Amino acid sequence: MFFCCFLSELLKRVASQQSAPLLMAPAYHLILEGILILWIIRLLFSKTYKLQERSDLTPKEKEELIEEWQPEPLVPPVSKDHPALNYNIVSGPPTHKITVNGKECINFASFNFLGLLDNEKVKNAAQASLKKYGVGTCGPRGFYGTFDVHLELEERLAKFMRTEEAIIYSYGFATIASAIPAYSKRGDIVFVDEAACFAIQKGLQASRSNIKLFKHNDMADLERLLKEQETEDQKNPRKARVTRRFIVVEGLYMNTGDVCPLPELIKLKYKYKVRIFLEESLSFGVLGEHGRGITEHFGINIDDIDLISANMENSLASIGGFCCGRSFVIDHQRLSGQGYCFSASLPPLLAAAAIEALNIMEDNPDIFQTLQGKCKQIHRALQGISGLKVVGESFSPALHLQLEESCGSRENDVKLLKRVVDYCMNSGIALTQARYLEKEEKCLPPPSIRVVITVEQTEQELDKAASLIKEAAQSVLN
Amino acid sequence: MERPTAEPGAHSRANGCSGAAHGALRNGYVRGLPAPDTQIHHIVHNGGLYKKPFNEAFEETPMLVAVLTYVGYGVLTLFGYLRDFLRQWKIEKCQNATEREEQKDFVPLYQDFENFYNRNLYMRIRDSWNRPICSVPGAKVDMMERVSHDYNWTFTYTGRVIKDIINMGSYNYLGFAQNTGACQEAAAKVLSRYGAGVCSTRQEMGNLDKHEELEKLIARFLGVESAMAYGMGFATNSMNIPALVGKGCLILSDELNHASLVLGARLSGATIRIFKHNNMQSLEKLLKDAIVHGQPRTRRPWKKILILVEGIYSMEGSIVRLPEVIALKKKYKSYLYLDEAHSIGALGPSGRGVVEYFGLNPEDVDVMMGTFTKSFGAAGGYIGGKKELIDYLRTYSHSAVYATSLSPPVVEQIITSMKCIMGEDGTTFGKECVQQLAENTRYFRRRLKEMGFIIYGNEDSPVVPLMLYMPAKIGAFGREMLKRNIGVVVVGFPATPIIESRARFCLSAAHTKEILDTALKEINEVGDLLQLKYSRHRLVPLLDRPFDETTYEETED
Repeated sequence: MFFCCFLSELLKRVASQQSAPLLMAPAYHLILEGILILWIIRLLFSKTYKLQERSDLTPKEKEELIEEWQPEPLVPPVSKDHPALNYNIVSGPPTHKITVNGKECINFASFNFLGLLDNEKVKNAAQASLKKYGVGTCGPRGFYGTFDVHLELEERLAKFMRTEEAIIYSYGFATIASAIPAYSKRGDIVFVDEAACFAIQKGLQASRSNIKLFKHNDMADLERLLKEQETEDQKNPRKARVTRRFIVVEGLYMNTGDVCPLPELIKLKYKYKVRIFLEESLSFGVLGEHGRGITEHFGINIDDIDLISANMENSLASIGGFCCGRSFVIDHQRLSGQGYCFSASLPPLLAAAAIEALNIMEDNPDIFQTLQGKCKQIHRALQGISGLKVVGESFSPALHLQLEESCGSRENDVKLLKRVVDYCMNSGIALTQARYLEKEEKCLPPPSIRVVITVEQTEQELDKAASLIKEAAQSVLN
Repeated sequence: MERPTAEPGAHSRANGCSGAAHGALRNGYVRGLPAPDTQIHHIVHNGGLYKKPFNEAFEETPMLVAVLTYVGYGVLTLFGYLRDFLRQWKIEKCQNATEREEQKDFVPLYQDFENFYNRNLYMRIRDSWNRPICSVPGAKVDMMERVSHDYNWTFTYTGRVIKDIINMGSYNYLGFAQNTGACQEAAAKVLSRYGAGVCSTRQEMGNLDKHEELEKLIARFLGVESAMAYGMGFATNSMNIPALVGKGCLILSDELNHASLVLGARLSGATIRIFKHNNMQSLEKLLKDAIVHGQPRTRRPWKKILILVEGIYSMEGSIVRLPEVIALKKKYKSYLYLDEAHSIGALGPSGRGVVEYFGLNPEDVDVMMGTFTKSFGAAGGYIGGKKELIDYLRTYSHSAVYATSLSPPVVEQIITSMKCIMGEDGTTFGKECVQQLAENTRYFRRRLKEMGFIIYGNEDSPVVPLMLYMPAKIGAFGREMLKRNIGVVVVGFPATPIIESRARFCLSAAHTKEILDTALKEINEVGDLLQLKYSRHRLVPLLDRPFDETTYEETED
């Protein structure tokens, strides 16, 4: 303020005295103005006025603050009887006949759908590989961690799925979790089913994209979101031209046991120009005449799906995962898939086991029919249990048994279901509850017992399991 | 926000103990020694923490080399634009895979500039990576011969196998990548009994007796209360850090930390601040500021602070200044997460990793993480620590709930190799391997330095980066070495700063002196051929090295 006044004063003076020489002014004027000019210079060159300077802490105060600060413990204590803390201990192989906590059971819990875990041919192939390569690869794919078996497995998977290219990861979870952020970046939009599994959720989080959840398998809700986005795009077409959009769905949902309406999704894909990423960990090697998954199940051209990801830990009974699709899409992951580039490659013996498992699947296409038959059998047999409802498609090899009525709190529900599981376990049927991280899940599914069907289970065993579950439900729930 | 600023001068020297001066002298580099007064000053600060010389230094990039490197990238970029221009006008055939016809009107999946680097720079030298091998990744490997008739756009396999290539690339530190011997036999037995997979998660039906056995052994090996094993080393970091910290917590991460640590930190939702590589002053400043100022905006105190460091940094060959980190973490009441992916088995008199190397107490490290891929010749990762920590992880680790557990034959390989290192197999073979690796490391590093190469990192680190600098030399070095039957790893941007392209050798206990001498002879020859002997024998401590200012802070929600 002072500054402005002074300036205007000066201007006035200059204007009024234009013709008069400066020296004619009285001396006190000159002195005063000289002082004022010096003052301006001082103001110009002095440091800017800072609020912070006033509140600066002295080193001593800082030390006191550091002394005072008490962090939380690294981890909070876990109560000894937390349901997730005490694991079942499986002694021996986790195959059809399984010994859980010292008790021999029929396995209705492991995702060994095709029974390939215990297959002699698979084991022999893995043995041969072990003799040739040893166990580890001692390096990522880029740095001498690419083995001829990896290349063979990729080629075989691509051929099996009838796609141009496949890429393998050394960990099932890391497959989709790495694939999504390889394409979808900050600012891109992903439409995702709210029942999507945890690996997808983590992939989305890593991508830092804009996430839009639609109601489980609700195409109308998805279309509503797509329309919303369309109007948004019209407002800002320049941004829309560089915003990639994806729909991420599962073939057969891990958390609900039902399939995604793929034909409708494809229609929406072309209508709204969105790419589809499909997670097929449960449906690969299960659905379709040749076990190619949900695309074969619906008779859909696989090229209409931009990327398919699945793990090799269920049907193939090995370890790891793969993505397949067109080379244009898949090849990008070889430099951008974090779990691919920065991790040691898959141990060759596991790749060899997967190749042999693929051989068996190709040689025995009726195995998928058998599996479907068994799924339908137990699905029927489990109907009408009082207190428990069956969730999932009749042809799904993993279905959920949920409480018909919650008894109030999730904790109590879990305890109740645990008693059902324990009852069955004591009578020789190994079951497990589906486990979730309750605080981390975006849309936490209700507690459930997961029943897994494999081709190794005989009709009698399936019936026994169903009647035992009925019995357990009766004794525990009523 | 708080930018970690190095304060050169006050503390600038790398060697933190009284033996340091001698250590540097022993290497034969006298000229680059710090002025005596700063040396003393530094000893006063940290000297007491180190029990033996900590010789880690980085030679400055010669100015001319730096300029030529930039010119090299400039030329490559210009040519890249030219060829993109030619491709656009269909004068040059475009080899890129293309979008489906039906989807041409979709938003492009890739931004054009994203792929400029791949198309025009990486593609020229792509043959130096992903070389397929067809044998055990031991001291020597067999490689599938491949050729490209279209300048690396596609490869074809000739069907021939190049035999007995000296392997300087695999992380086979202790030589446990074998297809014979105790480990293989044990793994074979378990494989025939258990099968290859598990088909379930740890919390459901995938907790085998073998896993429990392994975890008890790991805890004993590390000298911690309890441990847990996971199926993938990368995922051990990315799926467990989010279980430990979250919103309202602060992560202090070394700028050169591995991608898995970075991903884990991001997924956790905690605030991340980066300190200069292995720079304790930078770390201390961040710690002090964090506690004094609290969280940004809300000004609440941080819930907890987690420091993320690695034992050996795989691209620099440097060893973490663990004694100082531990002193700082105690002083500022923060927690320490130590990733021993490369150091477990490879450092310390009995292979217990960087904690043993410095003679420290494992209890001072809150989270001991490591992998089985490298020294143990297997796959997977572990976390060790207090019982409360492991109990918590058994309950809340993403890996335990959602990911398939470790394959049983892989578990057996780890058990057998670990017992061997511990001497529990009744032989001294494991101990000899550890010693052999240490000897190989010193010998190989000394010889390379004598030849006049610029070598980065700690003299005890089995990861040996040899500086190439210029982009054209990346491919040339890889190819020339392969011609001479030696497989090496070469790396450039983005894995390294843009001008610091390098070759990397990983030593192994399986390398005999004869193998190393052959390799050294060939490296010497190629070094002359490509004029790689840049060294002016002027050591610059790590702290003074220029780095890109890539500090960032972010809070995820």
